[in-house]
Amino acid sequence: MTNHWVDIKNANLVLVMGGNAAEAHPCGFKWVTEAKAHNKAKLIVVDPRFTRSAAVADYYAPVRAGSDIAFLGGVINYLLTNNKIQHEYVKAYTDAGFIVRTDYTFEDGVFSGYDETKRKYDKSTWMYELGADGYVKTDPTLTNPRCVFNLMKTHYARYTPELVSSITGTPKEQFLKVCEMIAETSAPDRTMTIMYALGWTQHSVGAQMIRTAAMVQLLLGNIGMVGGGMNALRGHSNIQGLTDLGLLSEALPGYLTLPKEAETDYKAYIEKRVQKPLRPGQFSYWQNYGKFHVSLMKAWYGDAAHKDNNFAFDYLPKLDKPHDILQVFEDMHQGKLNGYFCQGFNPLAAFPCKAKVGRALTKLKYLVTIDPLVTETSTFWENHGEYNDVDPAKIQTEVFRLPSTCFAEEDGSLVSSSRVLQWHWKGADPTAEAKSDLEIVAGIFLRLRGLYQKEGGAFPDPILKVTWNYAILSAPSPEEIAREYSGKALDDLMDPKDKTKVVRKAGEQLDGFGQLTDDGKTACGCWIFSGAWSEKGNLMGRRDNSDPSGLGITLNWAYAWPSNRRVQYNRASCDPSGKPWDPKRKLIGWNGAKWAGVDVPDFKPDAAPEDAMNPFIMNSEGVGRFFVVDKMGDGPFPEHYEPFESPLDVNPLHPKNPKAKNSPAARVFKDDLDQFGDAKEFPYVATTYRLTEHFHYWTKHTKLAAIMQPEQFVEIGEDLAKMKNIKSGDRVRVRSIRGFIKAVAVVTKRIRTLEVYGKKVYTVGIPIHWGFQGLAPNGFIANTLTPSVGDANTQTPEFKAFLVTIDKL
Amino acid sequence: MALQSLDITSRSATTTPSPGVRQTQKVAKLIDISKCIGCKACQVACMEWNDLRDEIGTNHGVYDNPLDLTDKSWTVMRFSEVELEKGKLEWLIRKDGCMHCADPGCLKACPAPGAIVQYSNGIVDFHEEHCIGCGYCITGCPFNIPRLSKKDDKVYKCTLCSDRVSVGMEPACVKTCPTGALVFGSKEDMIQHAEERIVDLKSRGYNNAGLYDPPGVGGTHVMYVLQHADQPQIYNGLPKDPQISLLVELWKGVLKPIMSLGLGLVALTGFFHYVTVGPNEVKEDANENQHGR
Ligand code: SF4
Ligand code: SF4
Ligand code: SF4
Repeated sequence: MTNHWVDIKNANLVLVMGGNAAEAHPCGFKWVTEAKAHNKAKLIVVDPRFTRSAAVADYYAPVRAGSDIAFLGGVINYLLTNNKIQHEYVKAYTDAGFIVRTDYTFEDGVFSGYDETKRKYDKSTWMYELGADGYVKTDPTLTNPRCVFNLMKTHYARYTPELVSSITGTPKEQFLKVCEMIAETSAPDRTMTIMYALGWTQHSVGAQMIRTAAMVQLLLGNIGMVGGGMNALRGHSNIQGLTDLGLLSEALPGYLTLPKEAETDYKAYIEKRVQKPLRPGQFSYWQNYGKFHVSLMKAWYGDAAHKDNNFAFDYLPKLDKPHDILQVFEDMHQGKLNGYFCQGFNPLAAFPCKAKVGRALTKLKYLVTIDPLVTETSTFWENHGEYNDVDPAKIQTEVFRLPSTCFAEEDGSLVSSSRVLQWHWKGADPTAEAKSDLEIVAGIFLRLRGLYQKEGGAFPDPILKVTWNYAILSAPSPEEIAREYSGKALDDLMDPKDKTKVVRKAGEQLDGFGQLTDDGKTACGCWIFSGAWSEKGNLMGRRDNSDPSGLGITLNWAYAWPSNRRVQYNRASCDPSGKPWDPKRKLIGWNGAKWAGVDVPDFKPDAAPEDAMNPFIMNSEGVGRFFVVDKMGDGPFPEHYEPFESPLDVNPLHPKNPKAKNSPAARVFKDDLDQFGDAKEFPYVATTYRLTEHFHYWTKHTKLAAIMQPEQFVEIGEDLAKMKNIKSGDRVRVRSIRGFIKAVAVVTKRIRTLEVYGKKVYTVGIPIHWGFQGLAPNGFIANTLTPSVGDANTQTPEFKAFLVTIDKL
Repeated sequence: MALQSLDITSRSATTTPSPGVRQTQKVAKLIDISKCIGCKACQVACMEWNDLRDEIGTNHGVYDNPLDLTDKSWTVMRFSEVELEKGKLEWLIRKDGCMHCADPGCLKACPAPGAIVQYSNGIVDFHEEHCIGCGYCITGCPFNIPRLSKKDDKVYKCTLCSDRVSVGMEPACVKTCPTGALVFGSKEDMIQHAEERIVDLKSRGYNNAGLYDPPGVGGTHVMYVLQHADQPQIYNGLPKDPQISLLVELWKGVLKPIMSLGLGLVALTGFFHYVTVGPNEVKEDANENQHGR
């Protein structure tokens, strides 16, 4: 979230799209209720289904699954043609006036630099024109046809209400009604918050859907504002912490990145990431990359990381390609993996194309699962009739199940969607033999290190030299880990302004990442978390909810990253002269000497407005980007592409170019290509989702949750039901090219037939929560049906739009 | 649930006068349907607090689960898909359970002394240890609430968490509701809160928004804020004008005293007929405007 949960109460308009907050985040949804009850806010829901969120919405509009970029691109077009943008904001705080290179092109759905055989773009033309001084050329009058504003205008002029309605199936009047309501928040004192979740992430163009929405928010001047922002609602209680700590194959903690295979030179690795300002006077905070990186290496390797060995740069793996889970299962499927550790993760249920995942697991020598529950993955080799029809005699994979504690049985911190690191204390002792994940991983590490010590090996140093100085070696405590990621001084730190003054003595906890250095004097396991455990103690454990402004900014409640800031980009809540756009909802302001207010300023504290430093300090341009240059894999402007399984034969935006039907840069593995179904055989659009009553594949183990929603079902609209002679309560079979599931049919008015590009589109809704373990009646794994295709940026699978057929049993 | 800290103002089949010294505030739970997202947290909280576990059932082609109130499910969410205006779908989700009538038909119908009581704060409670399992209360209830248990032949329903309320806590379901669709307090405060909600709903185009506090049963201690107060039936058959059946009134007013003298057999036949056939005129209009429950 750029903002935070409580801030939603300040919104004038709440847009729930690409998510179903009431269903999946019922507790956080209270802030929407609050906004409606006490701020006269309106709630819009745009979704293929009339959801539980829609049940309490002021306005609902249907949309075809997978067509959100068309919808939002249409909103951009509406705002631009009707001049409903926050002009001053757009001019001052975005790249609208930046000039783009002349060799950047967009032709019939494909951007310049496309390599069809690799399914990849060479992104070098997706760049600004740079002057001799190294800065971007700009045109503040926005008249240059090559400035971002005009390129954007042209790009989205194609997204007319008629075409949008034809692609999305949203009736035109309904689309326009939503546009009107959104446009009202272009006033400087009105804000819209956008709440989204996996309904946007899980598409082959998921990251671009989110970006399109962010562009809408930039046009309206809603980023950095109270009651505004782009608010990703995270699913697991600690999935935010997972991303923050870099548990992704290409990432290091705190959104630092692993070197690529070719990046063997340390200096070049750092220089590429230390981003110099692209406009005069900009902060370009990633200039500090080296400090974050070196402090991380010091936390991991201590004395073994020093200047002379480039702070152990050689210990870091160099990536040949992303090794995300889709890739790993592809490799496993090809027999390239011997073993797999599965920690708090149930891929047989959670991953697309269950058949492929199941086959891949049989090719392993061993599988280790670390989980509090018996997962489908850990029993993939058991025969459960139709639900898991395998022959155990033919499976040789050895499975080790290590029972772990669950969150309520251990102390630790969780990061909420609000970016708040909140400490929690255990509520119960672990059952039976369960051990904490820390203990389990420490145990594995110590044995592994012992083997390296004994037997040597090709390159034992990255394991042997790891700092491991916990009080109990086999059981590091959550407190020790927390202090480690927050960071400490390894040497006395002097005040840069007064070299005789010691700011932090060697061994003391740091106050924040501002104190990190790149000379090896500080250690910090995750720079964005720095300060969470300072010399003042464990700030994550604070529980003071006083809110002096009434805006929901509770700085003494736990600790928000970065720097305990609650609203990111909050400098943008003020006009260029430093006065709040909306004086009634003031977060910070320039007081003549510094930036101050109820929130922690997201800015250089003493940069006077006259210095013309811009609010988006993490970008080297200092401004928010409509044109995202080379930061995305599939284009600098979002474009609508059809899902890989689409009911349409063409992309209505590019009917003559088959190459632009689906995202040209989305990742598809060769042997998955023939696993795409065709609309002739599989005519209905399917989308998977979660229900309030359950949490993923866990709560079917819980009696109360199983009582509330016992049996697997699928939802269809009344028209499709009539065509297929299906009544509510009948049993049906839903089939995709990859397999089938059987379930009870729920026939509902809440799923409408949509008119899309001259044909009727019927949607089949598929809740995911069932499997062959737990207390709820056995069910089929919904991901038996889903395709294995990944977004070009995140490699997230396309769970939200694919094709099926349905029959009554 | 027998509790000593609340005064009892009426008891089934009892004529001894009730205590009247202490002044008690009337309480009420307000269910704001316009805020309810149907998350069923209240259902779970009710089971947890009251140590109940219903069966793990099946799906009946609807979101309602368990499908109906039972001896172990004292509250259930009822989902209705309603299209009052063409193209304007509404998904009305009503938390069903005992209404805690000021004039409780169940209590009036009950022949077992002290099996059903009403506390001075308005809560109607069953004291199962006195229940004889005759099921008359089921017939007497205009909301079709009490459920006879197959396990112990006694009747159960929502207690309005009288155990919690008696020690100054709100009911478990209210405490749990994430959206604030459930609120609890003095009946007076709840009416005032409802009025504010109704103003808000009217400003959003629900011209018939209103409070459901039906006078036919003397008002209730569980009230609803309805977006369409003119048509309560669309909320899965919430009765428009619930009344205690005349026969129950008769039974209470005339027959029960006569019965205790061993008379009135003829009239009784009529009542038993009524018991077996049931009063539920509610059900009919209920099905008109709703599909897929
Ligand atoms: S807990 Fe509240 S929001 Fe959830 S179903 Fe019950 S009344 Fe509705
Ligand atoms: S709703 Fe029925 S059970 Fe509840 S108090 Fe009224 S009559 Fe009795
Ligand atoms: S008031 Fe108590 S008994 Fe009644 S539904 Fe709520 S939790 Fe259950």
